[in-house]
Amino acid sequence: MKKLLLSLAIIALVVLHQDFWNWRSARPFILGFLPIGLFYHACYTLSISVLMWIMIRHFWPSHLEEEIEMEDTPD
Amino acid sequence: MIPAIIVFLYLATVLYIGIFAFRRSRADHEAEDYFLAGRSLGQVVFFLSLLGTNMTAFAILGSSGHAFANGIVTFGLMASSSALIIPLSLFFIGTRVWALGKRHGFMTSVQMFRDRWECSHIGTVIFLVQAALLVPYIIIGVMGGGTTLAAITGGRIPYWMGGALVALVIMSYVFFGGMRGTSWVNTFQTALFLIFGLVALVVIGTGIGGFRSVVESLESSPATKSLLTLERTSPLFFISYMFIPLSSIAFPHITIFCLTAKRMSQFKKTVLLYPICMVAIWLPAVFLGVAANKIADVPGIEQKLEARQRLAAEGPTLSAAERDDLRRKSAGDDVLLILLGAYAPAWLAGILAAGIMAVVMASDSQILALSTMFTEDIFAYYGGKEKFGEHLQVQTGRVFIILLTIAAYVIALRAPETIFSLAVQYAFSGYAALMPLLVAALFWRRSTKWGALAATLWVALAVIGVAIFQAAVPAPAPGQPAWSWSVAGVDVLSRTPGGTAVLGFMPVVPMVIVSVGLIITVSLVTKKPTEDTIARYFSVVRNAECGARNK
Repeated sequence: MKKLLLSLAIIALVVLHQDFWNWRSARPFILGFLPIGLFYHACYTLSISVLMWIMIRHFWPSHLEEEIEMEDTPD
Repeated sequence: MIPAIIVFLYLATVLYIGIFAFRRSRADHEAEDYFLAGRSLGQVVFFLSLLGTNMTAFAILGSSGHAFANGIVTFGLMASSSALIIPLSLFFIGTRVWALGKRHGFMTSVQMFRDRWECSHIGTVIFLVQAALLVPYIIIGVMGGGTTLAAITGGRIPYWMGGALVALVIMSYVFFGGMRGTSWVNTFQTALFLIFGLVALVVIGTGIGGFRSVVESLESSPATKSLLTLERTSPLFFISYMFIPLSSIAFPHITIFCLTAKRMSQFKKTVLLYPICMVAIWLPAVFLGVAANKIADVPGIEQKLEARQRLAAEGPTLSAAERDDLRRKSAGDDVLLILLGAYAPAWLAGILAAGIMAVVMASDSQILALSTMFTEDIFAYYGGKEKFGEHLQVQTGRVFIILLTIAAYVIALRAPETIFSLAVQYAFSGYAALMPLLVAALFWRRSTKWGALAATLWVALAVIGVAIFQAAVPAPAPGQPAWSWSVAGVDVLSRTPGGTAVLGFMPVVPMVIVSVGLIITVSLVTKKPTEDTIARYFSVVRNAECGARNK
């Protein structure tokens, strides 16, 4: 279930990247000068860090490192 | 003159850091120490160096130049797509490459492929294709160095001399410092260009009296309004760009760099902070590139705009050579430098230009990676290490660095393409289509060496095919109809002002899809590696995962 949710989150981010709804819109200008399309993609990029934080907490492949530590530890 | 002096001081600092400050040598593992910094890089150096290695000349020069011509769509095309794909690649693939390198002692991806698929000469073919694709990427650094130094000194240092100076500095610290020296230089450089963008934004914004009036002026003109939207790129091209960052993890210098981390946990902060740093670096660079279109009172910008207007108005009546000349003159790779020269005080322009030099000098990692590949995948693999010893292996790598840098410099002097198009068309698309090899090796037990070979040959043929096509069919002027080969009213293959389109997509899309298809189909009809080999790659992982589930 967790893996399915992760897959859906990644697919959602791929889809959200294709912001056709901003395709021909320059306005509103955020802070008076930042076109909405640029602002959207900046926010989108920052949201990826949130996904990464979730992935680190719940999907980190710690077994890979544990294997090496086990091999490095003398019997 | 002051900016030039500051830049030269910067080059001297970089040289010092690379050659002396972090030079160590362990006689017992000389090759691993030189090529991989003894697999011992700490968190800060690992993250900043990886970020800097991924950026290269694109982040500031290429992105502002692309934004100057195409508008804000540049951020979506390159920054936000990379900010998603690259951390995901590092999370899923980088960590596994690190673990396998630690367990089996791999120093290159070809070593891993040879072991994983029980192959010999097929590994050599993969090496050759990887090496051929990496050289254009190295050329970017030399070209960026030439462009930057020429712009900073107002042309007193010509392009050819600037390129030579940058190539010489890079070659020196890579030659002496190896991975450790290169990583520390990259760390220093990345710290510089992380602050560069915001400072440039404030300085130029203050100089022109704020950005609000510039943006409103861009919006009010029909010729520039589309720069504030995404419409200068087709939706299919926009989707295509999602495929380009797949190349990142497949680039040998990134795969090899994944092996330098002391602990796997160092990937955590790297994937977490990567998107945030992308915004910090790319947002100012893209915005300033767009804004430059309405700062026509600066002479350098004015000339570019005139060249662009002439290309659009007279394009169809001009010869291909004249169009290429106008394209070069209108290219915006140096718009940021021109703006800084116009609005920043000399000393600040110098510091900021040093920040740009930091970016364009990121080709050091690629040079070192090619040297590592040559010495490990060819010299050592074919008996050189056994015959001549590890010390001579490292010296061979150093000689290779000199020869490679000279070759890159000579090509940079003759290359007519802009920084951006040269790399995207050849290196990035090729590596994106090689990325399925890594996925197959790490995640698909049934993958075989023949599947890998089929995909590799396809990549080589596709890249050559695109290059020949673009050389044979001249690029049309912007806004003019492109040459197309159509079937039943559908444009299958088109020559566009920016390159090539296949069914409306960039070539990278069919290249990746066919590459995946070939690995799957050819692997399914050929003999898989022995169970012993597969067990070494999958059993431990699978058992650990099962164990985790049963807890």
